[in-house]
Amino acid sequence: MKRRSLFLNTTAAMGFIFLYAPMIALIVYSFNKSKLVTVWGGWSLKWYGELFRNEQIIDAALLSLKIAFISASVAVVMGTMAGYVLSRFGPFRGKMILSGWITAPLVMPEVITGLSLLLLFVAMEGMFGWPSGRGTGTIIIAHVTFCMAYVAVIVQSRLSQLDETLEEAAMDLGAKPSSLFFLVTLPMIAPAIISGWLLSFTLSLDDLVIASFVSGPGNSTLPMVIFSKVRLGVSPEVNALATLMILVVAIGVVAAMFQMRRQAKLLGSQE
Amino acid sequence: MSIQTGSAWVDGSGSRLAKYNFLRSINWGRFAVLAVPSVWLAIFFFIPFLVVFKISLSETAIAVPPYTSLLEWDLEEAYVNLKINLGNYLFLFEDTFYLDAYLSSVKIASISTFLTLIVAFPIAYLIARSSPSRRALLLSLVILPFWTSFLLRVYAWMGFLKKNGLVNETLLGLGIIDQPLTMLQTDFAVYIGIVYTYLPFMVLPLYSALEKMDMTLLEAAEDLGAKPAISFFLITVPMALPGIIAGCLLVFIPAVGEFVIPALLGGSDTLMIGRVLWDEFFLNRDWPMASAVAIVMLIVLVLPIMLIRNSQGKEEAV
Repeated sequence: MKRRSLFLNTTAAMGFIFLYAPMIALIVYSFNKSKLVTVWGGWSLKWYGELFRNEQIIDAALLSLKIAFISASVAVVMGTMAGYVLSRFGPFRGKMILSGWITAPLVMPEVITGLSLLLLFVAMEGMFGWPSGRGTGTIIIAHVTFCMAYVAVIVQSRLSQLDETLEEAAMDLGAKPSSLFFLVTLPMIAPAIISGWLLSFTLSLDDLVIASFVSGPGNSTLPMVIFSKVRLGVSPEVNALATLMILVVAIGVVAAMFQMRRQAKLLGSQE
Repeated sequence: MSIQTGSAWVDGSGSRLAKYNFLRSINWGRFAVLAVPSVWLAIFFFIPFLVVFKISLSETAIAVPPYTSLLEWDLEEAYVNLKINLGNYLFLFEDTFYLDAYLSSVKIASISTFLTLIVAFPIAYLIARSSPSRRALLLSLVILPFWTSFLLRVYAWMGFLKKNGLVNETLLGLGIIDQPLTMLQTDFAVYIGIVYTYLPFMVLPLYSALEKMDMTLLEAAEDLGAKPAISFFLITVPMALPGIIAGCLLVFIPAVGEFVIPALLGGSDTLMIGRVLWDEFFLNRDWPMASAVAIVMLIVLVLPIMLIRNSQGKEEAV
């Protein structure tokens, strides 16, 4: 028994080292003074300065944040609607089709989604003159389409776990469908909506493939700029950027963990 | 109940009275909630595939957009000419390059899915067996990398696996190797990249299956004289099977169409279909060929996966 847990601990520890070693190396090398990324030239904040002076990266980052914010917000509304329809509307004609369309983007390779949306935009422009050219707008449409699928799945699974008696009680007491949704259902699925928004925001901020297909000239998102930079090799500015991103995410995850612990403690003390 | 009355609009019959009732019984709010996401998905998810299919039947042309149209018509001469070009599909089957790319994508995705399972299992097992407070910490350690940029996580391995990167320097320093190994731009680097980026997708379903497992089963097996290896394969693996299947699908599906990982970590001979489609579109600017690749990919890779997922979902529902 003892030997087995030693084996388990060692292999699991190796797994965690595998997960974190590349990131730690990236963080350490972002403080490297030397331009040669592998030669250690002493500690320095030089590359952070370079990063903030690089207008191409800053502009792309701002554009990506804007696209991610709008896409996540629209996707949350659309995805919640779809998730609600699928779990609360009972059977209706076309339900199979809608649920197929909702889950398909989750298994669709990004290259296919990107190519098909681009060809649609080109064909629509030829026929109706809209969208004229491609850029921020077409990227947002593409991101909403694949993010709403994730939101719908999260909201749907949350709704299926919920006790329907509360909603039935509100209906029996004469609540209109709209007030039923906004006063009873929405507060109960709020955690799912928040995680759906965060997931959509991350997915949109992170997307390289779909954005590359549907974006136009002069509308490079942050992943597109990073990709064109690192394709040629390791770049110290990208190391600095990655370190900042890891820092933001780590703070967010730790804060979420403390919040959950506090809630668990509060619930525990109430009992 | 107002929720029920609204469903009449979808099964109204053709008579005038029914039509009248149909109009009255539409609950407009309900209709809008149903229609908005459906119309959005129809326009931006379903119709695009029809467009891709149409363009896969056309020919490349030096024009904007760079393909010929299928229909030609002249109203004065009163003729309509439908021109369908199956050449792209024929070429796909004639040139073994594309078949090789499909097969090699499936091979690379399968091997890396298996490797991910091997790396993820001990992690998931350890988390499932630790105390609840440590569980939360270890789980967030697994999830944390998932929230950071996917592209930057792949990039981190570029610096790691380079000729003069950290792995080579360490191995050289320890005297394990005399010459730096070529690891970047090989299939090996692609496996590492896939295992690394999709590890959380494997750990989480494995963990949730292992967490439900009754540990006294293992004790009973031990008391009855089973060796650890035997009880692992006869008890733990079957109990974790739903998690193993779910995790493998979650890793295999995105891996098989992957573009970023083979583009950054793979060599020029690392064939993956996602990359072939990308090059066909961005380098060769052959839109009809890229469309044909996408349609075949949809039929031979995506449809089977959706069918498997569907049957999985039904089994779970039962």
